[in-house]
Amino acid sequence: MAGLVQYFTDRIGRFSHDRTRFLMTMDTAARGAAPVPDGTGHFGRFGGRFAPEALMAALDELTREFDTAKHDPAFTAELDDLLANYAGRPSLLTEAKRFSEHAGARVLLKREDLNHTGSHKINNVLGQALLTRRMGKSRVIAETGAGQHGVATATAAALLGLTCTVYMGEVDTERQALNVARMRMLGAEVIPVKTGSRTLKDACNEAFRDWVATVDDTHYCIGSVMGPHPFPMMVRDFQRIIGVEARRQCVDMTGGLPDAVVACVGGGSNAIGTFHAFVPDESVRLYGFEAGGDGVTTGRHAATLVGGSLGVIHGMRTYLLQDDDGQTLETHSISAGLDYPGVGPEHSWLHDTGRAEYREITDAEAMDAFSLLCRTEGIIPAIESAHALAGALKVGRELGPDATIVVCLSGRGDKDMHTAATFFGLMPEGEGE
Amino acid sequence: MSVQTAFDKAKADGRAALVGYLPAGFPSRDGAIEAAKTMVAAGCDAIEIGLPYTDPMMDGPTIQDAVHQALVGGVRVADVFRTVEAVAATGVPTLVMTYWNPVDHYGAGAFARDLASAGGSGLITPDLTPEEGGAWLEASDAHGLDRVFLVALSSTDERIETITGVSRGFVYAASLMGVTGARSAVDTGAPRLVERTRAIIDKGRAPLPVGLGLGVGTGAQAAEVAGFADGVIVGSAFIRRLLDAPDAAAGLAGVRALTEELAAGVRQGR
Repeated sequence: MAGLVQYFTDRIGRFSHDRTRFLMTMDTAARGAAPVPDGTGHFGRFGGRFAPEALMAALDELTREFDTAKHDPAFTAELDDLLANYAGRPSLLTEAKRFSEHAGARVLLKREDLNHTGSHKINNVLGQALLTRRMGKSRVIAETGAGQHGVATATAAALLGLTCTVYMGEVDTERQALNVARMRMLGAEVIPVKTGSRTLKDACNEAFRDWVATVDDTHYCIGSVMGPHPFPMMVRDFQRIIGVEARRQCVDMTGGLPDAVVACVGGGSNAIGTFHAFVPDESVRLYGFEAGGDGVTTGRHAATLVGGSLGVIHGMRTYLLQDDDGQTLETHSISAGLDYPGVGPEHSWLHDTGRAEYREITDAEAMDAFSLLCRTEGIIPAIESAHALAGALKVGRELGPDATIVVCLSGRGDKDMHTAATFFGLMPEGEGE
Repeated sequence: MSVQTAFDKAKADGRAALVGYLPAGFPSRDGAIEAAKTMVAAGCDAIEIGLPYTDPMMDGPTIQDAVHQALVGGVRVADVFRTVEAVAATGVPTLVMTYWNPVDHYGAGAFARDLASAGGSGLITPDLTPEEGGAWLEASDAHGLDRVFLVALSSTDERIETITGVSRGFVYAASLMGVTGARSAVDTGAPRLVERTRAIIDKGRAPLPVGLGLGVGTGAQAAEVAGFADGVIVGSAFIRRLLDAPDAAAGLAGVRALTEELAAGVRQGR
C-alpha cells in the first residue's frame, strides 16, 4: 500500500515538476513528514539559535519571510524559473559505467557540477538572494571555503543587482586563487581573513562580525546547512531539490530506488540536499563522507561526526572538533570546502538517530578517486566531491554488484587544478608548491 | 556577592558604576591579575574577566588580539577561575564574560559550582539568550550566581521583557549594533534603549540595574553614558593601553590612568 502511494506520488511529482519545481520540493517535504526541525529550530538536541541578541530580530524576520515566501506562488515561480532557465536544472543523473567497474556496483552521478557556477551552491544562493530582495535589503555577505559558495553568491548578487562582500580565509584565497578572481570579476569585494586558522571557520566569524553591524540593509547568505535557526532548515529546503530530482531520475533510469546515496560532508549542504528526499525511504542507505585529512588518528583532519563531540559553534548546537576546554581545534583537509570544525545540526541528528552513516576519507583516498573519475569518465570533480566518490568505491565493494549507488557530484574541479597538478606532480618544474 | 551590590553602592553615591573588562591570561596569567587589581584600586566597581575563546564572533580586533595572545600563552579554563579568585579577593564583585561553548563543554552545573567556589559573582553570556539558556538558568539558581544577558538596539519590547525577566545582577545594554571596540562617539540610539529597558523593568516586580557597554573608552563618554545608564562598561580601551605599552609597568600605569579618567567620568554624569 505504501509502495502504491509512493508510486503515484512519484508520477504526480513528475508531471508537475516543470511548472512548480520549488513547490514540488515542499510537497515532498510534507510527504516525508520529517518532524525536524521544531518551531525553534531544534533537530532533536541539535541546532537552535546560539546567537547574539543583536541578531535575534533579523533571524526572526528571516524565519517569517522564508515561511511566507515558500507559500507565495510568485516567489516559488520566480525561483523555479531561475533554477530552470538560469542555473540549468534539473541537473543530469549520469551512469558512470567505467567508474562502476572499480566500485563493484552501479554508480549514478548526480551532476551538480553541471549547474551554472559549477556546484550545488547556486541552488541555495538563488533562493536566499530572492529573499534578500524581498526583505528590502540591498547587500549580501557570505563566507566561503573553496570559493564555490562565494562565486555563487557573487553571481546571484550580480544577477539581482545586490552589493556583495565575501569573506575568505587567507589560506583559502591562496589555494583557490582562481575563484577569488572569479568573484572579483563578478563585482564582489573579497576580503581575505587573517585571523585564527585563516580558513573557513574564521571567514564565518568575520561574516558574523560584519552582519551584526550591518543587519539593517544586509543579509548574511550562509552557504551551508549551518548557523542559527532558520539557516539549517532554510538552506536544506533550498538544496533538497538535488535529492528530489535524483530520486525521480533513479526510478526512471533503473525502475527503482537506489540502495545507497552517498555525499561528501563539510558543513553538509549538498549531503542534506541529496539525502533529504530519501530519508523516509527506509531501504535506502545514506552515507556521508567527511574529510579525513591525514587520517583521524593523526589529529590532522576535519571529520567532525567521526571524531568530534557535542558543542556550540556559529550559532548552532552540533558535533564539533574541540579540545578539553571547549576551544575549537584547527582542522586539516586537502579540500578547502570541507576544512571546517563543525557540521550542520541535521547531520548530527541523522548520525545520532542512525538514519545516516558518517565515515572519513583521507586526502590520499580522495585524490585517488579524483584521478579515477577523470580517467574513467572524463569528468573532473571538485576535490570535495572526490571524497564522496572515494566513499562510493568503499560502499560499492560492501554492497556488491547488484547495488545501485547515487553519488552527489557536488561540484566540478576546475578550481582545483593547481592543487591536483601539484599533488600528482604534473606541474612543470619550478611551478609546483 | 551579586554585582548588583556594586550598582546599588554607586547609586547611593549618586553616580553610575564603572565596570572594567579584561581577559584572563592577558598580557599574562599574573599580568591579568595585576592589571585587574590596578583597575579595582583606581576606581572600578566591578570586574569582568573574559574567558579567552578561539572564535570570538562578537569581538573586534582589539579583544581578538588580546585573547589570541592569551591562548597562545596557554591560558586554560582553570586559569580563569584562579584569576577570578584573586580579583574577587579585593572585595569587588567579579564576573566571567564568556562565549557559551567553553561553559557548555565544562558542564553548566560544574562551571557554576567552580565559579561560585572561586568567589565569582556570575556570568555575562554574549551568545546565549534565555531561550537556549535552560541549563544555565538552572545552574545559576542552584549556585546563587548572577546571570547577565544582553539587550540590543534591535530587541523588541517582548524580548527585552523576557531577557530582563531572567537577568540577575544587571542587564547588559549593547550600545550599538556591532562588535566590541572603542568608538569615537556613543550611538544616539543608546539612551533610548536604556529608557525602553528601564520602563519594562519598572513594570516587573524586581529592580534591575542597566549597564551600558560597547564602544565606550574615554572619560567624556563615560560621563555621557552615566547620564542615562546605571553602569558604564569598558573593555577594549583597557586592552589597548596594555597592548600599546612598551613594558609591563607602563601598561599598568596606562590602565591606572584610564581607570581614574573613567571613574571621574561616571561621577560627572549626574
